[in-house]
Amino acid sequence: MSSGSRRWSRNTIETRVLKALRPLGIGFFVLISVFPFYYMILLSMREISQVTQAPGALIPESISLDAYSRVLRSVEDGGEGFVRFLLNSAGLAAATVVVTLIVSVLGAYAVARLQFFGRRPVEFLFLSVYLFPPILLAIPLFVAFSRLGLRGELPVLVIVYVAQTLPICVYMLRNYFETVPRSLEEAAEIDGASRFQIIRRVTLPLAVPAIAATGLFVFMIAWNEFLFALLFLVEERPSWTVSLGVSQLTNIETPATTLMAGSVILTVPIIVLFMFAERLMTEGLTRGAEKG
Amino acid sequence: MAVSLQESGRVPGSAPSRRRVRAGTRARRDSRAGMTLVSPTFIVVMVMVVLPVLWALILSFQRIRLLGIRNLDVLGGEYTLRNYDLLLGSSGFLSAIRTTLLYSVLGTAGAILLGLIAALLVRSSFRGRALVRGVMLLPWVAPVVAITFIWQVLLSPQLGFVNAVGTDLLGWNSPIPFLSQERGEITLFGLSVGVPTALVMVIFFESWKSFPFAFLFILARLQAAPAELEEAARVDGATPTQIFRHIVLPQLAGVLALIAVLRFIFTFNAFDEIYLLTGGGAGTEVLATQVYSFLTARNDVGASAAVAMFMAAVLAVFLVIYVKFFAGREERT
Repeated sequence: MSSGSRRWSRNTIETRVLKALRPLGIGFFVLISVFPFYYMILLSMREISQVTQAPGALIPESISLDAYSRVLRSVEDGGEGFVRFLLNSAGLAAATVVVTLIVSVLGAYAVARLQFFGRRPVEFLFLSVYLFPPILLAIPLFVAFSRLGLRGELPVLVIVYVAQTLPICVYMLRNYFETVPRSLEEAAEIDGASRFQIIRRVTLPLAVPAIAATGLFVFMIAWNEFLFALLFLVEERPSWTVSLGVSQLTNIETPATTLMAGSVILTVPIIVLFMFAERLMTEGLTRGAEKG
Repeated sequence: MAVSLQESGRVPGSAPSRRRVRAGTRARRDSRAGMTLVSPTFIVVMVMVVLPVLWALILSFQRIRLLGIRNLDVLGGEYTLRNYDLLLGSSGFLSAIRTTLLYSVLGTAGAILLGLIAALLVRSSFRGRALVRGVMLLPWVAPVVAITFIWQVLLSPQLGFVNAVGTDLLGWNSPIPFLSQERGEITLFGLSVGVPTALVMVIFFESWKSFPFAFLFILARLQAAPAELEEAARVDGATPTQIFRHIVLPQLAGVLALIAVLRFIFTFNAFDEIYLLTGGGAGTEVLATQVYSFLTARNDVGASAAVAMFMAAVLAVFLVIYVKFFAGREERT
């Protein structure tokens, strides 16, 4: 057999094998990505006694929503009080989004468009904040707020979250602003618009989808955040976030099914938000990777 | 420049010398606007990040316990090397370094490997591709508290699906306490191998949770790659694996290195995942959970700050690597 035909046969074998493996591979990834979430919803709708008897069952014997009502009811009514936690999480995340966006839109515009003294060091500073360990920051903030007696206060946590999300926001928004054609701004400038008018009337309207996507991203980070919520709020149950609620009750005698319902409540808003803005958010993050 | 020329064209009677002055003021105006606009961000970062970090550095040279915190003299007090001394002599610290490195390196490698395979699989179009792509981002998007709780239950010896399948269908003698067993044994073909069970599980978890991150970046890069190169190689008779090895992989080298550095940094910093899965027990204590336990359980702020400073020093090295090799290129694009 000539070497040419042997290579041809290796080619066919490889092509066929890979073609056959591809659906299997895709199936595998879909399975590992979806199964844990399916299991979460499944357990949230089963009775805990059923789960202990048949932990391997993948189809619910009967659908029960008891866990949801138990987890949402207030503590006085014998529940876990998650409605309160939901309001805390939503308020905390929304406040973080508003403050972060206002601050970071300005900062990102400056970094994207204006040559100013200290621009590069400032950019480096923001990058290092993004990449530095949050746990390092936890120590001084924990000590300072303990000393000031401000632990357990949700507004204090907003400031911490703003500081944590600003760098990534400035980075994402800067990427977007750089795609707004300079000629548009220059045209407005010829018409006599000042820098702030240009930002408000030209750049911001064009960047609305990007700003919305960045806002949703901040909302996700703040909603999902755990470490600072744990350090600051753990002793004040009325101030708990949903994340804190699920994690703290794990250690106490609360049935796993109830906490699964809590996890569903924690996860669903984020996944819904993410579906709305997936493309914009992921493009904002990976821009630059195309060229790398 | 062009703008200022046209602008001055509108102003009647502007002399060339005035034009230059205008250009100068424009640059100065831009600089002032830039500093004004960036200052809110800068102030928040300084007050909430930079100053606290500097204070943490000071704390790491002091003997401070949290109980006396209300009477604490912020900058005063005695400076001592006791915290660093204590750490260097403690076996817990050294083993936390080892565990952190294993966790970061293997977690990063696992995430990149899974992400690479996933990206290659969904690279070309098929029906439902957008949905599959979105679904594969779930582990990365979902709240860390929820997914760690799900996996705790999935792996639990009493309620867990994995142990139910293992004992009922795979013939395991007894359920495996995946997240609380420090050492287990796997017998393969009569050969017993010791395995750090809980550590392996948290590494698996990290790879699972973070593969979508690698997947996103690699897919973005793949879609920007010119199809002609691969087409030409195919025409020349290269097999799929040869094309991957010699054409696709070299184009991915840059983005793979970028993800490796970023993922290493994030995994090195990670606290939530290990704290929530194992509480740092069963041989999974990493530096971040050690900082936390010094701070809260052991009530020793100074030692906690010293561990965090060690982390910061390691991170600084990787930050320099990142800036040197990646940030500069981004600047040019």
